[in-house]
Amino acid sequence: MSIDTSKVATSNSSAAVAKKPGRAGVVANWADERLGLGTAMKKNLRKVFPDHWSFMLGEIALWSFVVLLLSGVFLTLWFNPSMGEIHYEGSYDQLRGVAMSESMASTLDISFDVRGGLLMRQMHHWAAMLFIASMMIHLLRVFFTGAHRKPREMNWVIGCLLLILGTLEGFTGYSLPDDLLSGTGVRAADGFMKSIPVVGTYLSFFLFGGEFPGDAIIPRLYMIHILLIPGLLLALIAAHMLLLVYHKHTQWPGPGRTEQNVVGFPMLPVYAAKAGGFFFIVFGVCALMGGLLTINPVWKYGPYDPTKVTAGSQPDWYMGWPDGALRIMPGWESEFWGTTWSWNVFLPIIVLPGLMFTILLLLPFLEAWVTGDKREHHLLQRPRNAPTRTALMVALMTFYGLMWAAGGNDIIAIKLHLSINQITYFMRAAVFIGPVIAFMITRRWCISLQRQDNEKLLHGYETGVIMRSPEGGYSERHLPLDTAKAYAVTARDRDEASYVPVGTDGVDPNGVPAPTGRGSKLRGRLQTLWFADNIQKPTAAELEEAHHHAEHEAHGELEGVSADGHQFDGHHAVEGETLRGDH
Amino acid sequence: MTDARDHESHENDPHEGGSSQNLPDSPAGSAGAVPESAEPIPDPGLPAHVWRPTDVDEAQEKRAERQVAGLFGLSAVCVVLFLVAYFTLDIGDNHDTVAGLGASTVALGTTFGLALLLIGVGIIQWARKLMGDHEISELRHPARSSDEDREATLAALNAGLEESGIGRRPLVRNSLLGAVGLLGLPAIVLLRDLGPLPGDVQEDQEYPGAGLERTVWTKGMRVVRDVVGTPIRAADLEIGDLVNAVPEAFFEVDGEGEHLIEGIELQIAKSKAAVIIVRMEPDEIIVGEGRDNWAVDGVLCYSKICTHVGCPISLYERTTHHVLCPCHQSTFDLADSARVVFGPAARALPQLPLAVDDEGYLVAQSDFTEPVGPSYWERG
Repeated sequence: MSIDTSKVATSNSSAAVAKKPGRAGVVANWADERLGLGTAMKKNLRKVFPDHWSFMLGEIALWSFVVLLLSGVFLTLWFNPSMGEIHYEGSYDQLRGVAMSESMASTLDISFDVRGGLLMRQMHHWAAMLFIASMMIHLLRVFFTGAHRKPREMNWVIGCLLLILGTLEGFTGYSLPDDLLSGTGVRAADGFMKSIPVVGTYLSFFLFGGEFPGDAIIPRLYMIHILLIPGLLLALIAAHMLLLVYHKHTQWPGPGRTEQNVVGFPMLPVYAAKAGGFFFIVFGVCALMGGLLTINPVWKYGPYDPTKVTAGSQPDWYMGWPDGALRIMPGWESEFWGTTWSWNVFLPIIVLPGLMFTILLLLPFLEAWVTGDKREHHLLQRPRNAPTRTALMVALMTFYGLMWAAGGNDIIAIKLHLSINQITYFMRAAVFIGPVIAFMITRRWCISLQRQDNEKLLHGYETGVIMRSPEGGYSERHLPLDTAKAYAVTARDRDEASYVPVGTDGVDPNGVPAPTGRGSKLRGRLQTLWFADNIQKPTAAELEEAHHHAEHEAHGELEGVSADGHQFDGHHAVEGETLRGDH
Repeated sequence: MTDARDHESHENDPHEGGSSQNLPDSPAGSAGAVPESAEPIPDPGLPAHVWRPTDVDEAQEKRAERQVAGLFGLSAVCVVLFLVAYFTLDIGDNHDTVAGLGASTVALGTTFGLALLLIGVGIIQWARKLMGDHEISELRHPARSSDEDREATLAALNAGLEESGIGRRPLVRNSLLGAVGLLGLPAIVLLRDLGPLPGDVQEDQEYPGAGLERTVWTKGMRVVRDVVGTPIRAADLEIGDLVNAVPEAFFEVDGEGEHLIEGIELQIAKSKAAVIIVRMEPDEIIVGEGRDNWAVDGVLCYSKICTHVGCPISLYERTTHHVLCPCHQSTFDLADSARVVFGPAARALPQLPLAVDDEGYLVAQSDFTEPVGPSYWERG
């Protein structure tokens, strides 16, 4: 290394000095002779992790899960998942003497008679919110940047499973206190199950141990919440991490960053310190939220009573979108041969979430099928450089968002003084039309951004410096991008690499006839939709020409000729253009 | 998964051509069909390392060191404050002292949160200012195994299968598959006792009103106000009133003062038998078919349980006679046999036929004539 070490402080002088084995050496030797850690750690201690703020989103999910495990263990020490009826005699005056289940009473005890209990309860709930929210945003980041492409499709699938399991974990968790709000949710879940054709009534009777509400549901949800789903989550998170290490993290393109390497800080010390420090930050934020922000105040709702309900009953936010679908669904029900088909419940709450989840799971495979791309990808794409993919996810997000808003139609009606009927009718149409509009706008937006990238490459960026010529003409000074930035913008594949446009005669430019058959025709059409309007980066020759032109333009400015230049850049028709423009 | 070539530092040579030198060929042809020469801008290679102030200025380095240690020290202070708060602040009585939360919760959360945050911020400050910040480059390898490995694995697999004889002995193989497949049956059958069958519950009648088609309502049972349990006379109700009511059975006690229905049985009974009573001008009522004598002086009684997914219904608008479910906004017209006028529910609320007993109190003529609550497959 050719560093001038004379001016360098100790922070970057890394040469290790061999010493006599001290106590640590003895311990290391003891461990290695039994566990073989030396070989296992050799590569991984200095494993490279690329740095970017967006890579932190998944980390939030990981660390909030750890917070959930820790705070959850604390809560189990006092929580009593029983539906046995007792009369509450704890510290909270307003409910003293009220009959309630032991699970509700022990939740109140944790909140009012265990020091730090309410803090832990609220930390647990906030961490759950953070867990699910960060998984969703992480999923969006991965998809928008193309990190789901080969070889990472299976990790996408694992991530999707984590998301759905996390959602179920949330639902089972907030149902445990057996308060009025969560009991209403469980009541609705019973209705959902009963809508399932053929087996619905049996599912309900088996889950509740008889008629709703029975005395079995809370202990059963408790087992699912603290053993079954956390076990699956742990296993899937371990698999997610192992695959991440095996594939090595994706990176943004830039100088020296290619498909064949991974550039960043080594795991020890920098990445370990940053990730480890970040765990404490996530933990600390959860603790602050748990201490300062009320969440799920079950003491205000009171114990569950099947005859009572509060206005504005809402599930936790991540259950909101299927609830919205349920609200805007028309009241369709059919009877055939003495059987009841509750389309109004079964379609929005059982079929739709299953369908959406299946689509989510299949996205990487659908994309690979359409694009025909079988290459490995380790460099991330900017969302604009895959306009159709970006538009597809924005359309899905729009669908989700509208459904979610429909889930709060009563709140919207009250806060904005609107008619709930009109909101509902509007939403019934909007959930179909909105995603289509969002798709078209996003796709065109991305393509425009691609054009703008090319403009910057060819003509430089806008400096904001206005030049006035002796004749009084004005023009804005453009300067070339610096090389590193220009390289990062151009470091992307040309779509021709995986897409060959097919002419109207069914023959591509190389004279190869397009494959026939319904599947391949559909695929061909989708491929055209996927790629055809994309803007490709300029070639070396185009860039050369543009730079030549820019020099000429600079020369023109010196001569005092007012020219904004764009009409003469070889990309526009120049007929009828006056040399100085009309302005 | 990595090999000895992995670690190569490029950080000090900005002109080194990153991708093209000493790296293997593209594992999957990243350049695609377009020749390299068409790339508009060649890879300038990793930028040169830039020294930070803390690398070159000892005063800055010492300052950063003090900052980090200071953050850790403050964290320790927060832990002490946490302990003080834990042992000094009472909980229980003062559960809404600060912003609706108890002083203990707020103090514990703040000190605990800050103790954690300060450690996190300190470690990251340490990493950013004082730890080595040379980026290093590592080679990637395609996820797939090498051809030799694949062949060796296939050979091992084939040898193992061959030695097991699983291919040569279909009788053994098939009987094993059949036997293991049958093990699925105990796994399913063992779940049978999770709950009783819907039909059995209906037949056995182990508790009052058992089964989806029944409730605790019987002929002559008084309709009483919920919570207090007082019986209701039609004359007690004003036009436009809505009263939440339940069957009198919920308040009946035996000789020793014990409730006849309590605990889980009461919860089940409540989830089906809760009703709403409304009174309106008799000429406003559109009497349903066969319901000519179900009302008493304009007093009507409907199930309180929404036919959509079972929420209790309560929001009543007296001018329109509409009642709205707060869960999913299904709206029912109580003047017109509680038919659905808006929302996702498909069926009208079941109506309870009313009569008056000898003392003038409202009573049920019978149980509901159809199942209450959400639809289910066998409902018919």
